[in-house]
Amino acid sequence: MSKAGLVLLDCWVSPFCMRVKIALNEKGLQYEARPEDLFGGKSDLLLNSNPIYKKVPVFLHDGKPLCESSIIVAYIDETWSSPPLLPSCSYARAQARFWADYIDKKVVFDACGNIWRSKGEVPVEAKTEFIEILKQLEGALGDKEYFNGDTFGFVDIVAIPLTCWFFALEKIGGFSVAAECPKFSSWMKRCLQRESVAKVMPDPEKVYEFVLMFRKMQGID
Amino acid sequence: MEGEVVLLDFWPSMFGMRTRIALAEKQIKYEYREEDLRNKSALLLQMNPVHKKIPVLIHNGKPICESLIQVQYIDEVWNDRAPLLPPNPYQRATARFWADFVDKKIYDLGGKLWRTKGEEQEAAKKELIECLKLLEGQLGDNPYFGGKDFGFLDVALVPFYCWFYTYEKFGRFSIEAECPKLIAWAKRCMQKESVAKSLADQEKIYDFVLHLKKALGIE
Repeated sequence: MSKAGLVLLDCWVSPFCMRVKIALNEKGLQYEARPEDLFGGKSDLLLNSNPIYKKVPVFLHDGKPLCESSIIVAYIDETWSSPPLLPSCSYARAQARFWADYIDKKVVFDACGNIWRSKGEVPVEAKTEFIEILKQLEGALGDKEYFNGDTFGFVDIVAIPLTCWFFALEKIGGFSVAAECPKFSSWMKRCLQRESVAKVMPDPEKVYEFVLMFRKMQGID
Repeated sequence: MEGEVVLLDFWPSMFGMRTRIALAEKQIKYEYREEDLRNKSALLLQMNPVHKKIPVLIHNGKPICESLIQVQYIDEVWNDRAPLLPPNPYQRATARFWADFVDKKIYDLGGKLWRTKGEEQEAAKKELIECLKLLEGQLGDNPYFGGKDFGFLDVALVPFYCWFYTYEKFGRFSIEAECPKLIAWAKRCMQKESVAKSLADQEKIYDFVLHLKKALGIE
């Protein structure tokens, strides 16, 4: 398959873009990742391909655009069936979609945003809520190796990219995910051992530098 | 084959209506249980401990939460009739994208029309009309968002039609004047028994919102 057929409009620090890259890697697909300068000026291709939200990631399959990371990952799974990222049982699929939706609703903006966007000291409630949400996810993980069961899958792909932001959250918030949620922490390490994930996840120290710079830009620091 | 199907719901909820429509499209017999959201049942809290919200679909004792997830589940389990998602992955992704857009935009903007006044209300009205026009654009020359056939995005959006009357009264505008094609589509959907039986009466919704505003202390 020609690389030109699969293009990702990308940003190195975006967990949403990482989801798509991990999915493509899991499927053994070659693709071109085109970095977008989100501050300097978005490309015409981005603005034309995602006129509704004007955001990354945008995945182009033979020129046809797909937007919204969870929807893109589902598309990749349905188009290239091996290895499957979602379970085959309908009920388990519904559960996977539920937890992916929970992560998008709760973890991304509420939990993480409340910490890294806070001016001055991070309120205790923000830290408590963040840990409670991770504990909720630990409950969903149960005794399984991955959220998907014995094999790495959809929910793991949706969740793992957010964790490269955790170092920044821990520094800003003054807490430790490993101390509060050891099971979640073990799952994180397990995922990071996969090549498809390790190739894609940036150094958390670099993410922290980015977050500090972004906070300055937004007048938070 | 069906097993036991129960729906925990609340009659004015557009989200509950989505699941009712999907069940009706597939002609699935189920038990409808009305929840009092000020006094949620033990079953609701047990079946949706994470969000504690309706609708909850319970199939053979196992809960499925979130309306769009329920519609996809129903479509996959009862896959021998009335398909809701198209077979083509790109068309599926497109339907999911626009259903997600409906979730991100329409509910909150519509809510602002009856919860707020003045500039905030005007801004919400303007943005709601823009969003509805974007959706209208997706119809093209097709009778349904699903193309020739009623589908996933039609199910996701049509429940809001019974709330349009309320939005229009509070916002002092006509959605039909702004989006005539969209209203024509909604009326076409209402000719389907699955939709007509699942949507609430628009005047009852309006009365419900009037009472709700009083109860919430919103003028």
